[in-house]
Amino acid sequence: MSIGLHNSAFKNPVIRWVDSRLPIFSMMQNEYGTFPTPKNFNYFWNFGALAMINLMIMIATGIFLAMHYTPHVSMAFDSVERIMRDVNYGWLFRYVHANGASMFFIVVYIHIWRGMWYGSYKAPRELLWIIGVVIFLLMMATAFMGYVLPWGQMSFWGATVITNLFSAFPIVGDHIVTLLWGGFSVDNPTLNRFFSLHFLLPFVIFGVVFLHVAALHITGSNNPLGIDVKSPADTLPFHPYYTAKDSVGMVVYFIVFACLVFFAPNYLGDPANYIPANPMVTPTHIVPEWYFLPYYAILRAVPDKLGGVVLMFGSILVWFILPWLDTSPVRSMRFRPIAKWFLLLWGISFGVLMYCGGKPPEGIYVVLSRVATLYYFAWFLVILPVLGRLERPLPLPESIAKPVLRGGGPLPAGAMAKPMEKA
Amino acid sequence: MFRSALRALTVFGVMAAAPALAPALAAGDHSQGTAALPHAHFHFEGIFGTFDRASAQRGFQVYKEVCSACHSMRLLSYRNLLELGLSEAEVRAIAATVTVNDGPNDEGQMFERPGRMSDRFRSPFANEAASRAANNGAAPPDLSVITKAREEGPHYLLALLTGYAEPPAGMAMGDGMNYNRYFPGNQIAMSAPLREEGQVEYADGTKATVEQMAMDVTNFLQWAAEPESEARKRMGVKWVLFLTILGGLAYATKRKIWANVPH
Repeated sequence: MSIGLHNSAFKNPVIRWVDSRLPIFSMMQNEYGTFPTPKNFNYFWNFGALAMINLMIMIATGIFLAMHYTPHVSMAFDSVERIMRDVNYGWLFRYVHANGASMFFIVVYIHIWRGMWYGSYKAPRELLWIIGVVIFLLMMATAFMGYVLPWGQMSFWGATVITNLFSAFPIVGDHIVTLLWGGFSVDNPTLNRFFSLHFLLPFVIFGVVFLHVAALHITGSNNPLGIDVKSPADTLPFHPYYTAKDSVGMVVYFIVFACLVFFAPNYLGDPANYIPANPMVTPTHIVPEWYFLPYYAILRAVPDKLGGVVLMFGSILVWFILPWLDTSPVRSMRFRPIAKWFLLLWGISFGVLMYCGGKPPEGIYVVLSRVATLYYFAWFLVILPVLGRLERPLPLPESIAKPVLRGGGPLPAGAMAKPMEKA
Repeated sequence: MFRSALRALTVFGVMAAAPALAPALAAGDHSQGTAALPHAHFHFEGIFGTFDRASAQRGFQVYKEVCSACHSMRLLSYRNLLELGLSEAEVRAIAATVTVNDGPNDEGQMFERPGRMSDRFRSPFANEAASRAANNGAAPPDLSVITKAREEGPHYLLALLTGYAEPPAGMAMGDGMNYNRYFPGNQIAMSAPLREEGQVEYADGTKATVEQMAMDVTNFLQWAAEPESEARKRMGVKWVLFLTILGGLAYATKRKIWANVPH
């Protein structure tokens, strides 16, 4: 081995030449080929890979849309319709991009839920989780600004309502709003900077995703049992086992995606966004896209503007300290007989908030929103810290390879012999 | 293992359906006093639905002779009518009936010329203020994407066009307003556009009842809003078939690869 060159294991001379100087092939082989992965993943573990695919689809379609889009208040709406009518397969690119945002949130919500259910945020994966929350916040900002670009009624009024929220903060609030608007109302400068940032942020997300994956490959993946990998018998090489398993999930994901894009492309959208933006006419109900509805419901559940804004941002910021709020030594909800019901209830409260966020803020919907908001925070700030100390978890299996006997009792003689012989 | 696959599929389904539910529920804001929408069957509905071209062509005639007096369709060009099945000669003739302001020419003068296929549909008013001034203060909306811009677009449109009636006794109507069963708030500035049988004369001999004209113009406007929908659905059927087969292969491959792993 010559000094300064990486000792490549590849035989092909060209690959070997590159790999000795820049070991990207070795890296791919180590991180996605032979990478030791717990053997007991269920299909919930597909969603990280799906999110990655979704991000790439969004960037690819977005680049082409940006070639035809005009970020000007007098032309934005028409340029989008021109994409739909006159650009070759423009309708396909636009509908994939618009529904891709919804798919991205579906995938990421399941991914986050997976993390919560199986305790993936706990030590040693706290930073991995925190980076994930950063990605989610960036995603929300990107999605919000993207929704403004077609410059329909909901684009304009959604932007007006959401940017105005920042004015609730004392002293700095009004300055932040002026900065976001680039003036004194949502207007052409707002559209221009939102377009610029909407183009930039996905690449920032890409960078943070890289950190997310890098951190994952230091700690290794969690698994449905939530116990640590103890021996090579607990793991499988990522390829071909999980490339094959991810492929199954990927096709199912594409089928759902295709049904939305081809058969119901406007199902998740608001018809009002096909009316060009008009600052003189306010729509009867201003509602954000479905994936923001839970936070919108929290905002409206609080009778005080600043309080509502603080709770709305707090509902996500609280995820940052989740690793330290959970005091239980056990990761997976499979072994937490009481906590799992409380977490399920939290999932339901999230759903209730989503439902109420799409309803007018009156009568029963306000009451429901308040109860759900209360429980949303109670789960994180009260139940989770206290329950971890009180709850008695079920006995954990000894290892991933021997989960069949709950409690990890000694295996009958010979039970391990067969796989050992094979190996 | 099959069970876990099924479980994952269910999760996927529920997650896809739950958010879909929210806007669908949020959509029910046709305010109080507005009648529930009747649901007619349209030829373009469903994943195999196609446009009834004869009806949509008659609908264009209704638009041209009735609606276009007040409503623009500024996102469409005359050439788009070729996709509706009109011949090039017909489209040229239609375009030539309008006068387009063009220029400046070499002398720097604006001039008028007959319309061409590449021109956008001519708008009836010079600008929105003009259309508002001419219509009792209510600007007639552009109809290019109208079926996408209303909840249950085509159903709403058809109901609205046939939903005019005498206001119920005791209802105070605004000045120049008309009663409509399906318009939110029941008071609409547009007077009934389709009033009587034979208002337009169809070349193909179809009897031009109010219901027929309403259906035809709804078909036309749905086509105008989503001209890509036939190609889109055809492509969708191919994709879903392809993905279903690919999914079977992927699942079989996964089973084969995992066959020897005790788990």
